[in-house]
Amino acid sequence: MNLLRIAKRDDISRKFEWVVRAAAILLSLVFAGLILMIFKLNPLEVFKTILIGSLGSEMRIHQTIIKAVPLIITSLGILVAFKMKFWNIGGEGQIMMGAFAASYVALFFPEMPKVLALPLMALAAVLVGGFWAFIPAAFKARMGTNETIFTLMMNYVAIKFVTYLQYQAWMDPAAKGFPKIAPFPEWALMPKLFGLHIGWIIAILCVIGVYFFMKYTKKGYEITVVGESVETARYAGMNINRVIVIAMVISGGLCGLAGMIQVSAVEKTLSVGISGGYGFTAIITAWLARLNAISVFFVCIVFAMLLQGGAYIQVNLNVPSAVANVVQGTILFFVLGSEFFLQYRVLPGSWWKKMKGEVA
Amino acid sequence: MESFLATCIVAATPLLFATVGELITEKAGLLNLGVEGMMLIGAVMGFMAGLHSESAVIALLAACGGGAGGALIFAILTVTLRANQVVTGLTLTIFGTGFASFVGQPMLGAMVAPKVGAFFAKKTLPLLGDIPFFGPVFFRQDVFVYLGYVVVVLAAVYLYKTKPGLNLRAVGENTSSADASGINVAFYKYAHILMGGALCGLGGAYLALVRVPIWQSDVVNGRGWIAVALVIFASWNPLKAFLGAILFGGLSILGLRLQAMGFSISQYLVDMIPYLATIIIVIISSHKKGKENQPPMDLGNSYFREER
Repeated sequence: MNLLRIAKRDDISRKFEWVVRAAAILLSLVFAGLILMIFKLNPLEVFKTILIGSLGSEMRIHQTIIKAVPLIITSLGILVAFKMKFWNIGGEGQIMMGAFAASYVALFFPEMPKVLALPLMALAAVLVGGFWAFIPAAFKARMGTNETIFTLMMNYVAIKFVTYLQYQAWMDPAAKGFPKIAPFPEWALMPKLFGLHIGWIIAILCVIGVYFFMKYTKKGYEITVVGESVETARYAGMNINRVIVIAMVISGGLCGLAGMIQVSAVEKTLSVGISGGYGFTAIITAWLARLNAISVFFVCIVFAMLLQGGAYIQVNLNVPSAVANVVQGTILFFVLGSEFFLQYRVLPGSWWKKMKGEVA
Repeated sequence: MESFLATCIVAATPLLFATVGELITEKAGLLNLGVEGMMLIGAVMGFMAGLHSESAVIALLAACGGGAGGALIFAILTVTLRANQVVTGLTLTIFGTGFASFVGQPMLGAMVAPKVGAFFAKKTLPLLGDIPFFGPVFFRQDVFVYLGYVVVVLAAVYLYKTKPGLNLRAVGENTSSADASGINVAFYKYAHILMGGALCGLGGAYLALVRVPIWQSDVVNGRGWIAVALVIFASWNPLKAFLGAILFGGLSILGLRLQAMGFSISQYLVDMIPYLATIIIVIISSHKKGKENQPPMDLGNSYFREER
């Protein structure tokens, strides 16, 4: 005898889908507000300050876009892997290694014109970021090695490697003992367009590129099929190992590109903080966007607002910026929970029938 | 050598709690990747409770509660609402990381309350502590370490020698058969997710209260993920988890040791060793194909009775 009965839904209208999602996000904000209230903060003021901090002036809007760029590109990378149900949580490490490769070009190659230097840095970043993802992908394809832990451990290896560069091998002697790597020469810095570095154009191009790749190319389709059912893919004669490796190299390559943009346009040198948690936040944004490239774009802008607003409240309300992480996590919890109501309907169970029967 | 091994045990203890916690969760058929997050929630709750109450017992209870609280979110989402376990676990880690640095902000740099610190001072066990070699390594430790030994033994006995342990393994191996034989599947899953979360919380608390007795928001520093890998390494057996944890504890302090012995290796590169070793272990375990070494059959699958 059960209180509630659960049945699978077979038809969901678009409208219903949006109502459920909107309700989930609204509830998550209410819930996040309650958490804030426990810590004696006024949730309305916090949310308002996040909005002001992210959109309140031209400079802040620029800051928000600067944060959105790496998040969008990384999320696209995560999307390609997750579409295949390959849980790439190594975005941080792939960003880091991409940044390392771009920095190598910037710091150790002879001076060259920007039109040559920037594509070369980007290429190096994509290749090395892709290689960092290729290692776990190859083991997954050959031996079925668990990719979740593998990609994650690769993050730590990359972080320790860059720490080694920053504190030892590449430390700038001119920095008077500060553990810093020398700033990039001018020719290795990204130019600006409309007062913003050109990373935003790259991000938009990547969105369009990944959208078309996943939707209209054979390889993109194969990635989706492998994600839905390996058996189907095998039956259809796809080379699954190849699909896994290609998808992961694209995934890591995009993350690497995000790393290149971070070093060339934002930080202007390599440092341990370069990945800035984007590799993890991108998992949330990619999933919230239901692994759709166009939605990724919009979700990432909202999340960049949370990040930028979070940094602003730290200064303004003296609230730790980690509030933004708590709010992000809460939103995803509720959206994850809401998926259930899209797939199943909850009906009164046999217990209620018995009650009715007894009354009658 | 004895002192090195004794330090290994100290480094192993947080891993041990988290590994056994994740192991119990996985035995129920759930892959909770939120270990890192639950450890952080446990660490911050334990530290805060210890600071305010000056009671070690309350600190431990708060750590358990914090870890279990995180696990409850996971349980509701994956068991009741059947959300994707991988994504839910990752979100729990992100949430826990944010939660710990948010809640812990005012305590940054604070020391563990003196009474709590004294409670966790090293105490030699009578008789056992005098055994040559084993005594100094295993039995001249703090109370928390002893609690770790108890947890391992209890977990092994529970899983392999008791009726609920048998039922639990049935749930993880074949959920629908377990359901058909009258086991309350949802109850078992909830109970063991919470139990696992509480243990992860304790693992985090060990780091914050004993290992690094000053609050810093990155106390856990990837150990939660190493614990997830150790479960695979231990092929879902608590006793092997004990050995694995000591091995990893040893690897994590090897760098300092080597430097003390005069090897000129960069500390930053030596710091990579535990993570590289984890990768090697994951690769090796994907090669082991014995019947004993397999994960629970229904690990990671959502269970929906009507779809049987």
